[in-house]
Amino acid sequence: MPFIQNTDADRAEMLAAIGVKSVDDLFEQIPAELRLKEALPIDAGLSENELRAEVAELASWNSPLAGAPHSKGSFLGAGLYRHFIPTVVDSLQGRHEFVTAYTPYQPEGSQGTLTVFFEFQTMVAELLGMEIANASMYDGCSAAAEAVIMAANMVRGRDRVVVSRGVHPHTRRTLETYLRWTGIELVEAPLGANGRTELGGLVDDSTCAVLVQNPNTLGVIEDIEGVAKASREAGAVSICSAYPISLGLLKSPGRAGFDIAVADGQSLGNPPAFGGPSFGLFACAQEHVRRMPGRIVGQTVDGEGRRGFALTFQTREQHIRRAKASSNICTNNALIALRGAIYMAAAGPEGLREVAEHCLAKAQYAAKALGDLPGFELPYADSGSFNEFVLRCPIPAAQINRAIDQAGMIGGLDLSRWYPELGDDLLLLAFTELNTREEIDRLVTTLANIAAAAPVA
Amino acid sequence: MRPDDRFYLPSHEWIKINGDTGIIGITDFAVEELSSGNEGDLVYCDLPETGRQLEDGETFGEIESVKAVADLNTPLAGEVIEVNAAIEEHLEIVAEDPWERGWMVKIKLGNKDTSKLLDAAAYEDLLAKQN
Repeated sequence: MPFIQNTDADRAEMLAAIGVKSVDDLFEQIPAELRLKEALPIDAGLSENELRAEVAELASWNSPLAGAPHSKGSFLGAGLYRHFIPTVVDSLQGRHEFVTAYTPYQPEGSQGTLTVFFEFQTMVAELLGMEIANASMYDGCSAAAEAVIMAANMVRGRDRVVVSRGVHPHTRRTLETYLRWTGIELVEAPLGANGRTELGGLVDDSTCAVLVQNPNTLGVIEDIEGVAKASREAGAVSICSAYPISLGLLKSPGRAGFDIAVADGQSLGNPPAFGGPSFGLFACAQEHVRRMPGRIVGQTVDGEGRRGFALTFQTREQHIRRAKASSNICTNNALIALRGAIYMAAAGPEGLREVAEHCLAKAQYAAKALGDLPGFELPYADSGSFNEFVLRCPIPAAQINRAIDQAGMIGGLDLSRWYPELGDDLLLLAFTELNTREEIDRLVTTLANIAAAAPVA
Repeated sequence: MRPDDRFYLPSHEWIKINGDTGIIGITDFAVEELSSGNEGDLVYCDLPETGRQLEDGETFGEIESVKAVADLNTPLAGEVIEVNAAIEEHLEIVAEDPWERGWMVKIKLGNKDTSKLLDAAAYEDLLAKQN
């Protein structure tokens, strides 16, 4: 990135060109009694070296997922996943042309970012198995909520939405917030003993949308084709929230028959970063383009017949449609989504499949070893999972996590935090291509030792 | 002179009454405003499904040009019985002939009270005042 400096000579030249003696003269028009007379009561500032040292000291308080004091491995997922980020992501995203690009309302000056997002949309549509995708949402939670709003607008006169309890609790809470004053009723479909959504008789002709997540928050692979079918038969809009990396192996929402597909994009080229920022994916069939929220980039030709790109279908958006806009989203986490685009392009369908295979293999290796430990079991083993699964422990999950922490690792999620009805002995463990065999073996040994040392109930 | 065989809304829709049926469309003025004089500028029209019940003045659809989008409102209440399929793929028909071939929906009138609507002369006055 070019560094533009301001020397005293530069300042003098500018003041001379304007025709004033000092910067203070430029504020003459503000009444004297309103102008600040003394310096603001803040510290004088640190030298660059002092500042670096202070910030480094503050940063050392962090407990990163992969570094001291937990450098021996992390098995925490639950919606955010630690995946490998190839160097090309940082180096391309860090180019100043990308870092400084703003919202591409003026296509004549934004072909770079518009081209990237046209490619992004194409890759997202392919990944999710849909015809079109938008230029990204803020995150997976708001993407799902917007999908439900879109569904309510697609199907007139229906005021119930059926949402699986397996959908991430943050997504469900975001949805509650979005629906709060709309008069739309949120109905929760429970999870069965096998960890899968039970729609029962909940989807009927008052249902405008059905939302399910795959794999769900318990790590269980849902019967997504069954959900799409039940939704279709009732005339409701089906929405699937997917885990992008899992799509290297699992059937995409589009191919499973869903109307709308959404996802949180963090797992594509972005670190968990203590919760964000992330970006959201949103895709559907071409026929619904006018109801789809978010930015859409289209391909066109300029006045000289050259291929170019521009934002399109803007009449849906609030800066034109105002209160009747399909959504009030008017921006996106472009830089984060850009990282996702670079990752998808670098990995490609084959690379994504490889990553997914590694994740599955590691998880299955761990599941077998952990399930074999006396006192531990896998309650949802029959339903199938991808890289995350629930482990029932002989003692409370919180105690297990403490012991794992002391062994220099980060454990899984104590599931009672989000699913208290399932008990306090369930641990949700995630495995990615970054977990080594040694790490997993160490985890297994640690749990074996804890169980051996614990009093038998 | 604009057709006096029909009634108008200040929002530039017209309704022509044939017995129990009302035919609804938009005026040449609306087309002008939306398309800045260029025939190709109307890009999309969202029309309702047949069977839909409309109240007086209810928005039943929208028409979009390159730069703007406008609601389409029904002057009178009724049930949508037919929608002009011809204009869906050829919106330029609305620009070419907004009074006849460019009709948008036909409704079975639920209400024939035209007292609140503008007649041709009143509509012309309205346009004259706007300029």
